[in-house]
Amino acid sequence: MLYREAGDFKTTYGEDSQTFPIRFDRMGYYVTLLVAFGVVPLVINDYWASAVFLPFLIYAIAAIGLNILVGYAGQVSLGTGGFMAVGAYAVYKLMTSFPDVPILIHVLLAGFVTAAVGVLFGLPSLRIKGFYLAVATLAAQFFLVWLFNKAPWFYNYSASGQITVPQSKMLGFYITGPQTSATAKYLFCLIILVGVAVVARNLTRGTVGRKWMAIRDMDIAAEIIGVNPLNAKLTAFAVSSFFIGIAGALFFAVYLGAAEVTEAFNIQKSFLILFMVIIGGLGSIFGSFAGAAFLVLLPVFLKNVLVGQLGWPTDLAAHLELMIVGALIVAFLIAEPHGIAQLWRLAKEKLRLWPFPH
Amino acid sequence: MELRNITLRFGGVVAIKDISFDIRDGEIRAIIGPNGAGKSSMLNVISGFYIPTEGEVYFKKIKRGPMKPYEVARLGIARTFQNIALFDGMSVLDNIMTGRLTMMKSGLLSQAFWYGAAAREEFAHREKVERIIDFLEIQNIRKTPVGRLPYGLKKRVELARALAAEPKLLLLDEPMAGMNVEEKEDMSRFILDLNDEFSTTICLIEHDMGVVMDLSDRVVVMDYGRKIGDGTPDEVRNNQDVIDAYLGVAHD
Ligand SMILES: Nc1ncnc2c1ncn2[C@@H]1O[C@H](COP(=O)(O)OP(=O)(O)O)[C@@H](O)[C@H]1O
Ligand SMILES: [Mg+2]
Repeated sequence: MLYREAGDFKTTYGEDSQTFPIRFDRMGYYVTLLVAFGVVPLVINDYWASAVFLPFLIYAIAAIGLNILVGYAGQVSLGTGGFMAVGAYAVYKLMTSFPDVPILIHVLLAGFVTAAVGVLFGLPSLRIKGFYLAVATLAAQFFLVWLFNKAPWFYNYSASGQITVPQSKMLGFYITGPQTSATAKYLFCLIILVGVAVVARNLTRGTVGRKWMAIRDMDIAAEIIGVNPLNAKLTAFAVSSFFIGIAGALFFAVYLGAAEVTEAFNIQKSFLILFMVIIGGLGSIFGSFAGAAFLVLLPVFLKNVLVGQLGWPTDLAAHLELMIVGALIVAFLIAEPHGIAQLWRLAKEKLRLWPFPH
Repeated sequence: MELRNITLRFGGVVAIKDISFDIRDGEIRAIIGPNGAGKSSMLNVISGFYIPTEGEVYFKKIKRGPMKPYEVARLGIARTFQNIALFDGMSVLDNIMTGRLTMMKSGLLSQAFWYGAAAREEFAHREKVERIIDFLEIQNIRKTPVGRLPYGLKKRVELARALAAEPKLLLLDEPMAGMNVEEKEDMSRFILDLNDEFSTTICLIEHDMGVVMDLSDRVVVMDYGRKIGDGTPDEVRNNQDVIDAYLGVAHD
């Protein structure tokens, strides 16, 4: 079977606007889903869950969220860590206040809380752009971390200042707490990621997405064709923060189990997710996956190969990682702002014409 | 559409000086004049992008107060720009679909789930847009990112986006600037067809006198922010002020 559009005629607008218009891609998508839901849960263990799969799933959610804001709506944000913290503290307060409500509901509610906070901190975007907006969101990052650190109500007055997730169950399985199996954590995060990706895809292919991209590409023209910039920018902040809040809630409740805000949700988290978006590809849902996978796998790979196989010292491997990431960011920003996703697209375009390049 | 005693100042610069004229339903109205005469500024006043320093704008006999540009769009006024203002990162189809944004009503939640109301709305509007794509003969570039298109096609896509809004009044700022003869002929044909078939009222700025005389029902002539002529192409062509100020310059 060749990688072709030909012979795969689209007879309705629905078929023409589907996510994977090429049959081969569609198959790839189904196979990926099959492996993700049918194979990985059977073989996953604690090491793979905590080293690779959970961080990947959760960061992919955050990267999709940030990509909506930066890649689709063209608004900069360095506040991702802070917004993840909002999600984490929201889910903590909700779980400890209403222990009988299923955790899935709490995670979604944490998303809504973060969306509201995101809209609040998105208000300056109506007036300022680019560098100044970046500084404003940076201020949000520091303010939020400071707030969760300083106000004991947020961590239920615990002596350590940490928040620790209570146990919770859904459908008879532990989802949070020390007794949770790797499979349960993985599946819980996977289901949410798939939901997030589908919603993000739906939003970006329709009216809302076009409003965001219009504001991104040329805000004045967008306004003249009837886009209300207030509405477009604030929905971008809301949707983006909603996803980032969900990611923060999962990061704390499912992945870490216990968290201290200055450590788990500091500015480095903001940068990490921004780098995922840049390396993966601005304005691409697939790119968010690719970027998250890349930056989660890179340190694991370097550690296993350089430290494990070649016997390098750990800090040397860590430095090399920083250098690789730095070089890649610069390279992508200069040469290919649309990241891995665009490289993949170009490769597919070539493949579609192969073996006759014209 | 009627403009009464419009004056527009930018600091010390007077871009438009006490100009009045009207645009009748269904006509093609041209604005001509040398560079810097204030034509684009005039179009910006009509489209609500500039708020005149003095004077009144009436649309459908109702006086229009200061409005946001996106509110003007909802009144049924669409435009193209002298320097193309398309969304470069989006495909041709998506660019044209943005022309229909003001008519698309489905909420955030229904779009998040897509299947059902949002998809139905999308496809209904897509059908309208496909008709415009056929009309302007740009079927084969539907999925191309606009940033990759040559200049002439971009102009056409921008027109398509304006048409997608099904405007009552269409404002075109130099729709044929930088085009070759063949492209100009195509564009002229589109403009005439539009006016015939959909009885769209059109106000256009154009430098090519031949084109203006062929296309327009009435012409406003501007020079240094003032109106120096107004009438049918024949009247304007024979107006001595116009000949002195503009035609002499244009044909040197
Ligand atoms: N936004 C603006 N700020 C300051 N001056 C402007 C602005 N827009 C137009 N002008 C001035 O108004 C005058 C008319 O410009 P314009 O309307 O673009 O002329 P035309 O389209 O006829 O070539 C020019 O002198 C120009 O410099
Ligand atoms: Mg001009």
